Amino acid sequence: MTPFSYIEMLHLLLPEVILAVTALCVLSADLAFLHKSSLHLRSFGASLLTCIGCALSAAWILHTSTSIRLTDGLLVLTPVAQHVQIALLVLTALASLLYAGADFTEHVSEYLALMLLATVGMMLLVSTQNLLVIFLALELLSLSLYVLAAFDKASARSAEAALKYFLFGGISAAFLLFGFSLLYGLSNSTDLTVVAASIHTAPFDPLLIVAFVMVLAGLGFKVAAAPFHFWAPDVYQGAPAPSAALIASGSKVASFFILYQVMAVGLIAAAGSSVHHSYASGWAPAVAILAVLSMLLGNLAAIMQTSVRRLLAYSAIGHAGYMLLGILAHTDASFTALLYYAITYALTVLGAFGVIAIVEKQAGGDTLADFAGFSRRAPIPAFCMLIFLLSLAGIPPLAGFFGKFYLFASVLNATPGSFGLLWLVILAIAMSAVSLYYYLKVLKSIYVAEPAADTPSSQASILHQTILCIIALGVVLLGCLPDLLLRWL
Amino acid sequence: MLAWTIYISFIGAAVLLLLPRQAARIVALLTAASGLVITLATFAAHPSGELTSITRSAWVPSLGLEYHLAADGISLTLVLLTGIVAVAGVLFSWNVERRANEFFAFYLALIGGVYGVFLSFDLLLLFIFYEIAIIPKYFLIAIWGSTRREYAAMKLALYSFVGSAMVLIGIIAAYVVAGARTMDLTQLAQYPFSVHFQMWAFPLVFVGFAILAGLWPFHTWAPTGHVAAPTGASMMLAGVIMKLGAYGCLRVAMALFPRGLDPWGFHVLGFGSWREVFALLALIGIVYGAMVALVQKDFKFVIGYSSVSHMGFVLLGLMTLQQIGLDGAVLQMFSHGVIAGLLFAVVGRMVYDRTHTRDLAVLETIHLSKVIPFAAVTFVLAGMASIGLPGFSGFVAELQVLIGTWHSFPAFVLIAGAGIVIGIAYTWRAMQKAFFSGSDHPPDAAAALPPISIPERLAAALLLAASIVIGLYPQLLLRIIIPALHSPYFDGLWKGSVR
Repeated sequence: MTPFSYIEMLHLLLPEVILAVTALCVLSADLAFLHKSSLHLRSFGASLLTCIGCALSAAWILHTSTSIRLTDGLLVLTPVAQHVQIALLVLTALASLLYAGADFTEHVSEYLALMLLATVGMMLLVSTQNLLVIFLALELLSLSLYVLAAFDKASARSAEAALKYFLFGGISAAFLLFGFSLLYGLSNSTDLTVVAASIHTAPFDPLLIVAFVMVLAGLGFKVAAAPFHFWAPDVYQGAPAPSAALIASGSKVASFFILYQVMAVGLIAAAGSSVHHSYASGWAPAVAILAVLSMLLGNLAAIMQTSVRRLLAYSAIGHAGYMLLGILAHTDASFTALLYYAITYALTVLGAFGVIAIVEKQAGGDTLADFAGFSRRAPIPAFCMLIFLLSLAGIPPLAGFFGKFYLFASVLNATPGSFGLLWLVILAIAMSAVSLYYYLKVLKSIYVAEPAADTPSSQASILHQTILCIIALGVVLLGCLPDLLLRWL
Repeated sequence: MLAWTIYISFIGAAVLLLLPRQAARIVALLTAASGLVITLATFAAHPSGELTSITRSAWVPSLGLEYHLAADGISLTLVLLTGIVAVAGVLFSWNVERRANEFFAFYLALIGGVYGVFLSFDLLLLFIFYEIAIIPKYFLIAIWGSTRREYAAMKLALYSFVGSAMVLIGIIAAYVVAGARTMDLTQLAQYPFSVHFQMWAFPLVFVGFAILAGLWPFHTWAPTGHVAAPTGASMMLAGVIMKLGAYGCLRVAMALFPRGLDPWGFHVLGFGSWREVFALLALIGIVYGAMVALVQKDFKFVIGYSSVSHMGFVLLGLMTLQQIGLDGAVLQMFSHGVIAGLLFAVVGRMVYDRTHTRDLAVLETIHLSKVIPFAAVTFVLAGMASIGLPGFSGFVAELQVLIGTWHSFPAFVLIAGAGIVIGIAYTWRAMQKAFFSGSDHPPDAAAALPPISIPERLAAALLLAASIVIGLYPQLLLRIIIPALHSPYFDGLWKGSVR
């Protein structure tokens, strides 16, 4: 092994270090100065610190933007990875701002510190091609998220959500580690590029098949693909809104990024094919099965939901199905399309959870009935929700539409001249037509239904509304001018 | 300058959301009227009807997408129609009080989307505007509608979305086949797609658009949607939105995949090509719509089904692939847009908003022509226009479609003609029952109906004038429609093997 300088390593990891230091600052600031102030002030102060940390980290990434690959793929920095890191920082900052003013916990600083640590995990996840680091980063992310899900100590739902998340997460981490250990055994290396070089095309070693199935199970859990999705509805429903938002947004982006890395970089030789009439065994057909199951189950189950959070959870499973198409096509264009889709989706769903938080504060729940007449009670958040849900449904000119168009076009273009993946694209488009139905159901409740007479019309804070408007504006802008984001990916 | 019809509508919609309710209808009227003025100004400059670019710039360079707005004679005709119906629709919605600013905001957003479809010459841009129009329709019906509004609104939204999903599959496939470099319609229309590809892409995209044009048997959203919608919205729906579908059929499906109309080379159940299949479906729509309209109890359903019938003429005209048939089809889009708008206004605004019933059996007991004579006269004139009396636009349009059909499908002419005769019957029946029967001395309640207001009179005059002017001097529109149909854009259509 070639020795490398830890100082250099520290230098390259400075964005992550900044976040970790910020986490400590948040903790100590709260302990030292703020603990006697009101909960409101504490959460505002701590979120402000969090945002500053994220901004500094993002500024450093922009400032230094380098392309480097350390020994064994321990740290792989590319422009794309760095831009995804910035996107993750933005998502975390927005989530912490949506948290500001919430009163479900007294442990303000711990909450935000964990959010920052989760972000460190995500950032590491998108900047490595080493199995060991992937696993460590995933665990850092997951452990933080388990605790974040449990933070509402007064709510039994929150505890249940965290326990389910933890149990499923623990098992899938074991699967993943098992898969990784087999890959290591097959290739004698933890570096994905070395793994790739030592895998030969069919006939596969049976161990290799076990390995990628295990990896798919482990990462399939993180991206909430059916049939590894069972945790999602409960966690989305039970976790505090900002935690659920982070789980649904940043964590998704990072997980899809690394899923693509493992599959399309490490296991490229074992891809096989899910092209119609020329199927070949490998992970692509397996991903196709996950995608089909996710699209069907997510979109059909969402129709039946009355809780908007659960509805978003099932729709997230459906969206994971669409995004898996980008993975199984595994071309450069499909990767770009996948990233665009994942980032805009994350932004949208983050905003949606921001709105849900307001509704829960006003009406005490998140059922469709609690949304009734929301547009009369709070016109601005209601309008933002309109934009978010229509974007999720894929209505132009919002970001969700362009994401779908680009993703499906790139998937179809992966096999030029043969339309081999057309069957998947047709299924995806058909399912997104189904999805309009349940999104419209929520919007119907917001805009059409008459409000219940006794609902208090307490307004959300100005900050909260401003953040929602900024997110909504982002969703509209990225849809109208997709090039704003595309040129960075 | 024509591009401003789009921008002004969206700006108007945004402004309305920020304004207090009282000013809403004024702002809406100003916005709609400026759209119409811009269109008329374009007409005043004697456009040639050839394809003229309005604005063109790179949009997503890496994918070859462009922001390309342009207009030819067909676009201009339909933009004019949109302008006229939009203004009339605002005037007929003058009495909307509940959440008025939201109503007009959705209404203007809908209009902006429609203008966008007619003016887009980048396929993806066209599709984007096409889908923008779906959502406002949903809310207009679900919030301000009547009879089973939530059901009708959801049905309409889902039918539209399923149709556009089919279109989207076709669009993406065409984009990928053509090398994923451009979505420009003029370039795609020249691209030599393989016949095999066109044979499945054409029916997919055609049906996707035709759902919105009310093609039988996918028309069922139309009557329920029209009936449930508030007056302004049903005018837009029947008058303009259904034309979006027909326009898409012509502009996208037929122009990009003309070989899809060619014979298959074999026969299934007597059909030898998609063209014959769709011509027959259109014909069934004409007769079926008319026959169903004949037995309706609800006044508005009569007009709703008559729309299905009249849109059948548009689709039949398209399938003739004769110049005269296509001229007729485009002219029929304009003509039906104006006339259906007026009919819905009479039923929804003049009659229903006053009597609060549309049941023909109840209306039969009130001698409405005595109480609101203006409504009766308007309905008689609009009804005459609708059944194709010479002097109104419907006559010129349907006559041309029939002549085209005579060349292409001689046997169909008789049946389509029968559809027209049934049209006379249902119009007559509805007119008789709604306006001219009942005791000569109306009950007190009926006598107290509010008189027809000024905005209603103005809007009715505008729509009638449009129909009469085009009826007497169709050359006004044909002058620009014919060159558009013969422009290089539609070359593929005229080069077919059988034509």
